[in-house]
Amino acid sequence: MLYREAGQFKTSYTADQGIFPIAQDRWVVWAFVAFAFLVVPFVVNDYWANAILLPLLIYGMAALGLNILVGYCGQISLGTGGFMAVGAYASYKLMTAFPEMNMIFVVLLSGGITAAVGSMFGLPSLRIKGFYLAVATLAAQFFLVWLFNKVGWFYNYSATGQITAPERMMFGYALTGPAAEPWVKYLFCLTFLAVFALIAKNLVRGRIGRNWMAIRDMDIAAELIGVRPLMTKLSAFAVSSFYVGMAGSLLFSVYLGAVEVGEVFGINVSFLVLFMVIIGGLGSIVGSFMGAAFLVLLPILLKNGMVDGLGMMPVTAKHVEILLMGLLIIFFLIVEPHGLARLWQIAKEKLRMWPFPY
Amino acid sequence: MKLTYLTAGLAALAVAAPVAATSVATPAGAYELTIPSLVYRTGPYAPGGIPFANGYADYFTLLQERDGGINGATINLVECETAYNTQQGVECYENTKGQGESGALVYQPLSTGITYQLIPKASVDEIPLFTMGYGRTSAADGKVFPWVFNFPSTYWDAASGMVNYAAAIEGGAENLSGKTIALVYHNSAYGKEPIRTLEKLAEKHGYTLELLPVDHPGQEQKATWLQIRRMQPDWVFMWGWGVMNQVAVKEASSIRFPMDRFVGNWWAGSEHDVQPAGEGANGYLSATFHAPGADFPLHQEILKTVYDANKGAGERERVGEVLYNRGLIAAVWTVEAIRKAMEIKGSNEITGKDVREGLEALNVTEERLAELGLPNFTYPVELSCAVHSDPGTVLIQQWDAAAGNWKVVATGIEPDREVITPLIEADAMAYATENNITPRDCN
Repeated sequence: MLYREAGQFKTSYTADQGIFPIAQDRWVVWAFVAFAFLVVPFVVNDYWANAILLPLLIYGMAALGLNILVGYCGQISLGTGGFMAVGAYASYKLMTAFPEMNMIFVVLLSGGITAAVGSMFGLPSLRIKGFYLAVATLAAQFFLVWLFNKVGWFYNYSATGQITAPERMMFGYALTGPAAEPWVKYLFCLTFLAVFALIAKNLVRGRIGRNWMAIRDMDIAAELIGVRPLMTKLSAFAVSSFYVGMAGSLLFSVYLGAVEVGEVFGINVSFLVLFMVIIGGLGSIVGSFMGAAFLVLLPILLKNGMVDGLGMMPVTAKHVEILLMGLLIIFFLIVEPHGLARLWQIAKEKLRMWPFPY
Repeated sequence: MKLTYLTAGLAALAVAAPVAATSVATPAGAYELTIPSLVYRTGPYAPGGIPFANGYADYFTLLQERDGGINGATINLVECETAYNTQQGVECYENTKGQGESGALVYQPLSTGITYQLIPKASVDEIPLFTMGYGRTSAADGKVFPWVFNFPSTYWDAASGMVNYAAAIEGGAENLSGKTIALVYHNSAYGKEPIRTLEKLAEKHGYTLELLPVDHPGQEQKATWLQIRRMQPDWVFMWGWGVMNQVAVKEASSIRFPMDRFVGNWWAGSEHDVQPAGEGANGYLSATFHAPGADFPLHQEILKTVYDANKGAGERERVGEVLYNRGLIAAVWTVEAIRKAMEIKGSNEITGKDVREGLEALNVTEERLAELGLPNFTYPVELSCAVHSDPGTVLIQQWDAAAGNWKVVATGIEPDREVITPLIEADAMAYATENNITPRDCN
C-alpha cells in the first residue's frame, strides 16, 4: 500500500530518467543520506568510526570499483589488493613530497595514478578473457606487493618498510594522524563515497556503461555494432582502478594511518573485495554497498554477539564466526545467486504488488 | 522465505548483545582493573600466539585466585582475538579501550603491524603500550615515545647480542672480519628491523652481511637455502615467525648446515619451531631474554593453584614452553608496573595514565624476581623517563633434540651500546620531526 507508484506521473524526460523513479524510493534515499550526513557525525565515537564505519565506507568504495570492472564489464580481476596498495603508496609519496597538498587532491591523484597502473595491467584483457585474465591480474597483485616491499623509494627508505601517514589538516581539523576526530574522518570518507557513487551510477546508466555491458554480454556482437573493445575495456580498467585506488588511499591515510604492504594489501584483500561484489550482486551499485556491509559488519556483529552476548571464549567465537560466515555465503549464493541486490529488488517488486500479488 | 528466520535471528543477536554485555555483574566495592589481552589463537601464527596468550592469562588467573587481584583490586582480563591481523587488532583496541571503571590499563599488541597502528593512538588515548621485545625499536627512547615501552630488549639488542655471541665462538670480535653472516628474514616490517644494526656492525667488524628475505607466510624457502648452500656463510641468523621457522630449521638440517652456527631471534626459538625437524634440529640456537622450562616456583604455583582447579588457559604439559614463559614474564612485568602505579598514586583506582607512571618508575630487581617465584629467570629491569628499554642483555639457548628441551648455553651477552644508542636516537629523532613531536625534557 505504502510503496507504489500509482498517481505519480512523469511530465518531463528528466523526471522519467531519474535514478529513483518512485517517489518513496527518493524519500528513503534522501532520508538515509541526510541521516548519514547530519545525524551520524554528531553521535559517532571512536569505536564506531574506526572499527565499523570507516572500513565499511572504504571497502564500499573498493567494491564499487571492482563491480564496475567485474559486474559491468565482465573482466575478472584478482588484483584489487595490489591496486589498493598503489593508491596507498601514491598517497604516501604525495603526502610526504608535497606537504601542502590538500587531502582531497591527494586522494584524487592517488586514484588517478592507480587508474594509470590499472589500465596498464588491463592491456592483456584485449587478448585474454575469463580465468586467463584472472591469472594475469593475480600476477599484478603479487608483482605490486613485491615491488612496494622491495624498492625503498616507495617507503622513503624507512628502516622497516612501513609507511606512516603524517598529520594533515582539513578546514582546520586534523584529518589524518592520531589527533583526528572520528567525525572528521567519517565525513571525509562519506563525502567521497557519496559523490563517487553518484558518478558511478550515472556512468553505468550512460553511453560508457552501456558499452561496458555490451562487451560483458557478448564482446563479438558488441564489436559488430560499433563498440570499440580497446577503449571500452581499458576505460573499465581505468575507472575501476580509480575507485580502488581512492579506497586504498583512504584506507592508508584516513583509516589505518600506518600500513605494511604484505599484510594489509595481500591477496586476501583481493578475494575479500571480490566476494563483496559477488555476494552483493554483480552489476549493481547498491549491491556493492550491501556486499561490503555483509562482509564488514557481519563478522563484527557475530563477534560481539558471541563474545559479549553469549560469553563465549574469543577464540571459539572466532572459529564459529569463520564457520558461520562461510555457511552464510554459501546460503546466500544458493538462495540468490545474483546477490543481495537481487534480493532487494525482488523485495521491492513484491512490495509494489502488495497486498495483491499474482 | 527462509531469510526471515535468519534476519530475525541476527536482529535478536544484535538486540541481545548489548543487553547481555551490560548485565555482567562486577563485585560491589572492589575496583576493577581492565587489562585487555590482544591474542591470536587463530590464523597463520596461532602456534606462537596460543602459548603466549596462555602464559599471560594464567598469571592473572593466579593472582585472582590466590590474592583476589592486585592490592585488592580485581582483575578483568579481556581477551580479544586479532588473528594477527591489523584491522582486527584496531577493532579490538577500539572495543576494549574504554571498558570498565579503569578503562584499558596497558596494551600488549603482540604484532608489529598492530603496534605501528597503536603507537600514535596511545598518546592520544593516554594508554601505555608494552611491546615487550618487539614493535618499533626506537620506542626505547622515552623522550620521543612517552607512551611506548619495549623493555627488556629490542631487536637491535638481539641483533647485536647475536653478533657478539658469534664473535665469542669465533674467538673474539677481530675474528669476525672476513666472515659471512646470512640473515634469513620474514619480508615484513618485523623481519626488516635488525638489518640496519647488522649493517652498522658489519662496517665495524668487517663481516659480510647477506640478506635473504622470505615472503609471508614462509613455506617457500627452497631457493633461499640453495643460495645458502652455495654461499657457505659462516653464520645464519634468522628473523622468522610462525611456520617460517619450522621450514627454515628443516631446510637447514636437510642441507646439513651446522646447527650450532644457526641462530634465531626470540620469536624463532620455541618448541614448535624445532620439533618438526626432529633430530636434525639438534643444536639449533636462539636468542632470548628469559629462561625456558617450568622448574621455577612460580610455575609450580600456577600448576597447583590454577591448573589443579581446572582454571588453566591451556594444557597442563605445555606450561613452561618458551612462549608460555614469555607470556608469563610479560604479565609479571605488567603487574609490577600496575603495583608501582598504585604505590605512586597511593590508591588502587588507577587508569592507563598512572600505569605509564608506574612503568617509568619500574624497578624489578633480582630479589623481587626471586620473591615472585622466578629466581634467575630473566634480568633485572630498571626504567626511567628517558629509558624505556633496559637492560638489553641477551641469553642464548640451544635445542637438545634428544631431551626435547631448550638449554641456556650463554648468558649475560651485552649488546654493543656504542652502535645501538646513536641508531635509536637517530630513528627516534626522525620520527619526531616527521610527526612534529618535541622530545620531552627528562630531568
